[in-house]
Amino acid sequence: MPIARSASELAGDVRSGLISPTEVASAYIERVERFNGLLGAFLWFDPDAALAEARQVESRLARGEDLPLAGVPIAVKDNISTRGIPTTCASRILEGYVPPYDATVVERLRLAGAIVFGKTNLDEFAMGGSTETSAFGPSRNPWDLERSPGGSSGGSAAAVAGLLSPAALGSDTGGSIRMPAALCGIVGFKPTYGRCSRYGLVAFGSSLDQIGPMALTVEDAGRIAAAITGHDPRDGTSLDAPPIQPAFERASLRGKRLALPRELSGEALHPAVRSAFLQALDTLRAEGAEVEEVSLPSVRLAVSMYYILAPAEASSNLARFDGIRFGPREGGAGHVEAVERTRGRLFGHEVKTRIMIGTYVLSAGYYEAYYTKAQQARAILREEFRRVLQRCDAVVSPSVPVPAFRIGELSGDPVALKMLDLCTIPANMGGFCAISIPCGLAEGLPVGLQLLGPPMGDEALLETAHAAERALPPIGLPPLN
Amino acid sequence: MSISLEEVRHTAKLARLELSEEEMVALQGELNALLGLFSELEAMDLADMEAQSHALSLQNVWSEDIPAAPLERSEALRNSALARAGLFVVPTIIED
Repeated sequence: MPIARSASELAGDVRSGLISPTEVASAYIERVERFNGLLGAFLWFDPDAALAEARQVESRLARGEDLPLAGVPIAVKDNISTRGIPTTCASRILEGYVPPYDATVVERLRLAGAIVFGKTNLDEFAMGGSTETSAFGPSRNPWDLERSPGGSSGGSAAAVAGLLSPAALGSDTGGSIRMPAALCGIVGFKPTYGRCSRYGLVAFGSSLDQIGPMALTVEDAGRIAAAITGHDPRDGTSLDAPPIQPAFERASLRGKRLALPRELSGEALHPAVRSAFLQALDTLRAEGAEVEEVSLPSVRLAVSMYYILAPAEASSNLARFDGIRFGPREGGAGHVEAVERTRGRLFGHEVKTRIMIGTYVLSAGYYEAYYTKAQQARAILREEFRRVLQRCDAVVSPSVPVPAFRIGELSGDPVALKMLDLCTIPANMGGFCAISIPCGLAEGLPVGLQLLGPPMGDEALLETAHAAERALPPIGLPPLN
Repeated sequence: MSISLEEVRHTAKLARLELSEEEMVALQGELNALLGLFSELEAMDLADMEAQSHALSLQNVWSEDIPAAPLERSEALRNSALARAGLFVVPTIIED
């Protein structure tokens, strides 16, 4: 079976009986066995479990069930709960934890006929932009094994770009789907906040987190989004809205107004990223898109806002990891000492740093100076974007200011690594939908183009992204083989 | 604003994190680098802006109180490092 195929093509061939789900699963299992040692994409992978799920899909198809994702293997980021399958968040504090329930998105994937295809590596608790803070070792970029796939959904991105799985799920708090998708040359989609249930996603920044698909094509991302989104009574922030259903047949760039923020297209960018991005913009213009330069002055403060608000929420969310109800426990004389020891020894350095900054900005005397101020700034940032999106269809920018960096290159400079989230953070701050698609190469490495749309504009955003993808020359596959 | 080693120690206590002396010194440096970055927010004129805790204007969500099968007790306890007689076991909290 040829492996470089989209999830949509695979599902089509399975549904029409050209190939069987077990044939599909076997082909990808072979890829995982051959390449996962190099890529470090999966933290957990069980070929027998994948084949057993494939056989179940076969019998459901035989019974005549209509399965939109029939037999499509989908890798799942290891901060999304899977019943009976370990879920570690790449942290030693959850080593050995086996959730007693499935996340809503996992239930819905299976309902649509997809196969849960292993659990992928991430920065510990999704805190990082390189997959280097994983307690179980970094993932590597299929375009250059010395480089990072980005993060935090780096394992999912490496698995899809390396053709170890036709698609994957990631989670996005400040860019954790779109950033690794861009650095690995694939598509990554963060839905509007509230359109995809967070039930079963281990919480990081609850007002920012959103699960979404990572795939080879926009059509695949749309198809997976259709399966996993829609109202869920188990998530109190879930919007009362139907699943995302793009109509790709009407996708066109003609007359589409794209806002180009000055703050995200100038000197903040690596020169090779900038030139690949500007060339892609010319292509979109040639297809009928109108590009309008705009100013979104608060964008330059987005990283500061994010690194106050997300750690503040995380410091509260991660209080539940105390060694009592799940995970290993380190001994201590009394209760408090045991909790402090367990957390001090089993959380990694980046997680401890974020818990500390979050606790600090929420503590008496500093709350107003940092937390309240960041919340006010968040409101201003959102308003600036909202105004632009009233007259434009989408905000366009590169997804990441640089191409994939070397593993270890930025780990000594945590502020520099955080600045790479500049283009992606605003979507989380405002609850907007956003997608990264490959748009070219910079020094032989993929460059991502981001389109950001208004809340509930997911369908139109996916359609525009589909038209852009069709217009842009394909970047090809990574040299891995 | 910058954070002193004493404040690092106090914050670690609030966050329930046991940290070594070296870790505290390293964290002091990193936290100060972040606080340095945050100082750019001080320059913003935010006086009459309402603080926003969420991107959506959410209302309270109510649900009907419908009885359903809960998670089995054994399932809920299965992941604990120490559970006995249907309970989580924790170190002594109150001495007699």
